[in-house]
Amino acid sequence: MPVEASTFPVLTALTFWPVVAAIALAFVRGDENVRRVTLAASLVEVALAWPLLGFQKIAGFQFIELHSWVSSWGLQYYMGIDGISIMMIWLSILTLPVCVLCSWTYIGRRIKEFHVCLLLMTTACVGVFSALDLVLFYVFWEALLIPMYLMIAVWGGDDRRYASLKFFIYTLAGSTVLLAAIVALRVVGGTFSIPELMTMDFPFSFQFWVFLGMGLAFAIKVPMFPFHTWLPAAHVQAPSAGSVILAAVLLKMGTYGFLRFSLPITPAASEYFAPLMIILSLAAIIYGGAIALGQSDIKKLVAYSSVAHMGFVTLGIFLFTVRGIEGAIVQMLNHGIITGGLFMLIGTIYERSHSREIKNNLGLGKYLPAFMFFWGLFGLASFGFPGTNGFVGEFLVIAAALNETTVIGGVNVPLIGLLTIPGAMLAAAYVLKVTLKLAWGKPSSATNKYWKDLNYREWAYMLIPAVFVIYLGLAPTGLLNTIDPTITATVESFEERRNMKMSDTLKPVPALSPESEAGLAEGSDAVKTTNVSGLARTHGPVWIQEPVI
Amino acid sequence: MMELNFNIYLLLPELSFFILVLTLFAATISGVAKNPVATKRLIDLLPILTFIMVVISLLSLNVRGLMFWGSYQIDALSQFFKLLVSIGFFVALLNARRQSTLEEGLRLDYYLFLAFSGWGLVMMASAAELITVYLAMELASYSLYVLIPLRAKSKQAAEAGIKYILFGAAATALALYGLSWIIASQHTTYIAELATKDWSFAANPLATAGLAMFLAGMFYKLALFPFHFWCPDVYQGASNETAAYVATLPKLGAIVVLVRLGTLITPGEDLANIMAVLAALSMTFGNLCALAQKDLKRMLGFSSVAHAGYILVGLVPGTPQGLAAASFYAVAYLAMNLLCFWVISRLAPDGRNLTYRDLNGLSKRSPWLAMSLAAAAISLLGFPPTVGFIGKLWLITGAWGYGYNWLVILLCVNSALAVFYYLSIVRHAYTEGEDDPVRGAAPDTGFFSSLGAIALAVAVLALGILSAPVFDMALEASLALVR
Repeated sequence: MPVEASTFPVLTALTFWPVVAAIALAFVRGDENVRRVTLAASLVEVALAWPLLGFQKIAGFQFIELHSWVSSWGLQYYMGIDGISIMMIWLSILTLPVCVLCSWTYIGRRIKEFHVCLLLMTTACVGVFSALDLVLFYVFWEALLIPMYLMIAVWGGDDRRYASLKFFIYTLAGSTVLLAAIVALRVVGGTFSIPELMTMDFPFSFQFWVFLGMGLAFAIKVPMFPFHTWLPAAHVQAPSAGSVILAAVLLKMGTYGFLRFSLPITPAASEYFAPLMIILSLAAIIYGGAIALGQSDIKKLVAYSSVAHMGFVTLGIFLFTVRGIEGAIVQMLNHGIITGGLFMLIGTIYERSHSREIKNNLGLGKYLPAFMFFWGLFGLASFGFPGTNGFVGEFLVIAAALNETTVIGGVNVPLIGLLTIPGAMLAAAYVLKVTLKLAWGKPSSATNKYWKDLNYREWAYMLIPAVFVIYLGLAPTGLLNTIDPTITATVESFEERRNMKMSDTLKPVPALSPESEAGLAEGSDAVKTTNVSGLARTHGPVWIQEPVI
Repeated sequence: MMELNFNIYLLLPELSFFILVLTLFAATISGVAKNPVATKRLIDLLPILTFIMVVISLLSLNVRGLMFWGSYQIDALSQFFKLLVSIGFFVALLNARRQSTLEEGLRLDYYLFLAFSGWGLVMMASAAELITVYLAMELASYSLYVLIPLRAKSKQAAEAGIKYILFGAAATALALYGLSWIIASQHTTYIAELATKDWSFAANPLATAGLAMFLAGMFYKLALFPFHFWCPDVYQGASNETAAYVATLPKLGAIVVLVRLGTLITPGEDLANIMAVLAALSMTFGNLCALAQKDLKRMLGFSSVAHAGYILVGLVPGTPQGLAAASFYAVAYLAMNLLCFWVISRLAPDGRNLTYRDLNGLSKRSPWLAMSLAAAAISLLGFPPTVGFIGKLWLITGAWGYGYNWLVILLCVNSALAVFYYLSIVRHAYTEGEDDPVRGAAPDTGFFSSLGAIALAVAVLALGILSAPVFDMALEASLALVR
């Protein structure tokens, strides 16, 4: 149930403050000033998020803002957050100042445009995670692509043209089908409002196609196993800040989509496709890890490790248990912190060696101890070392996976859980391999080159994720308490509605017979359900008469 | 219905165009044309005159009536499109002011024919009877036959002109022939009466085939596949400024007639199926061809073939929502194409044709033009938060659930196909050849040029974010039509 709307429109402020700042930036002169103004704006953004600390640890949407947008189509400006999105909002907001700091010397040209892109991306990120209207969501979802494209295409490495186009075309191809799914939901469900759609029961054949349409978009964004090829290209070519946003926030949009849309709106289809999604997740975990092990480019290595880590997230989601989804959300947050940190470290070392190859960055332990300390910390967290945040997420997912048993030859075997173990081991292997070389590899690349260790600015932006790595690793209870009520509610609602029986599918018009209406409508939703069926009758007979697949 | 019902106050937009035509006509045959100072003075006055026409159309937005024995309908739809035409005319005229490939002595004639065409278009918006439609359409097209070849002594322009005349004549002949079949079997040409008839091949083969042919005439104006052959050639051959006009306003005329005839279309019947197939072919073919182009205007030509297909997606279901979506997309189409051509015309003050390479380094040289061009490109691509996105969203929302879901999905897939070439504009303007020397004349980065580009870019964004008022107008218009 929605909590009373707060008087201060905090989500709107968080979403559009960066736009205001970006416009203001157009009138700022001087590169240093642009950087300072953006940093100040990003700190204001963090300050604006202050009311979010009052987030209540209950299920349901909070900080709701609801205004009519295009009334003739029922389009609304509908914002709100719950336990699934609150952490992603914090992640997006905190990423901004860190990105400004880590680009301070990394970005040397077209500084103003770069910072405008950075600010606009934050707008889109916050918007995606707080939009509760399908079209509003889609607007932010797509709006992110252009600044991200420019970030790779303008400030990227040598192969930027290829990487940026690949990123753009892949993600756009996915989201066009998402648009078709949104339209189908609007016509059949009668509304663009996500919370309303989350309570509706659609026929299975409809769910089937909607899941596929939305799932493709999300799977490309995550990226899940066969759609991951854009990620290494984009990561390697993107500037440091671009990689950080890509890893920390952009990838989370895909898994967030699965949690926000696929599970609640198409529960039966989610269950139907779960085996496929689990297999793809396992493939991503093992394949991503194995490929990462073979990389000689540090950034590519971390990029492939992202594929594996995101595999844990999707695995956790499609286990449909409280532990699994808990693990998935924690892992989403952790991956953002850890991989973001690793990419920033790669950026700092790239500024010194101008190479991302492992062989050009050997033996730094003696010369850059602070750098190696942070690298070691994030590396350990990356493969889930106990005491770091990485452990919490991975442990929850693996524990949930071990609970799922498959019958093989008459014996119950936790097959999924067992298959994640090699993935976790591979993670340790590739992280330790690269860390070993960076720390003690011979001959040291830093000899006689006077590479300076991290300066104050670098310390500042490395400390932020480092603190969270340790804090969330040692005391994850606060985090879990915040997200748990929403997850429990999501899983309960899923359990109730996932068993789409034949009869439900073939009885599309509940309003006609009172019994079926009572069966379908829950309490106060009766009116809504009537509405749905009414619309379904006039607009969407196609879906309802189709045979069950 | 069968009364003259003449009321001059209902005809103010048409009259204002007519007065403009008369003024220019008088000027061309009088001494003004021979006196450069007087010519210049008159030409400088034109933007003000056309702006007054925009205001008049705006004020006439709410007048309603039926005139000339039921053949001339002044309703929400016609007034909506008249406003669009006059705004588009105003922008196209401003755009054409510094046309370098136009001989000094021909300026007045150029504007005369431009005004003639605009006059035809506003009448097309109100034509509620097929012969009136035909006459208005010819009035709007004939002047284009003169305008297109007017580009210095360019052979390409002459070629484009001949192509437009020949294809155009063939298409209109076909439409006229179809009209004769309609008259022969339905015994009326009033759209309101025709709407009550049965339009299926089974019931009325002759009339339905006739209507299909009549529609083909409109599809020609809209440049829908397979009636699109003139489009890329004419855009490429005509001067940038003429292309800006030909690419935008005549399409509005075709769309308004199609929206009116949209009441005859029933989803699932033959005509709707034909239109759905043509829409599918048009968008796919247009986008695929556009991928291979190097000349910007030629690319825009094929892109408008694709956009013609998109618009048809709104017409196929024949519902008020669908028709309103098509009308709204006409607004979107007008705004983003005018913006695109505005920037192109400013980038080539010497009137040459531009290729993608000419855009290299634009973001450095004239950031405002680059930003506006990027806004046009992402709008054409159908990206939020621009008007191109919201227009496409209404089109597919209106079309879903009438048996044409495949068409909706194809439209979505086509938006992905189009990424490459629209994005190329952004890519060249922002990422490539920052230090390349300018080839040809330097872009016009003056205040007037940037201001126009920014104003249009703001319109493209604002219509996307705050689309409700305009869409409601379109919806009101099509509700009145279907009722």
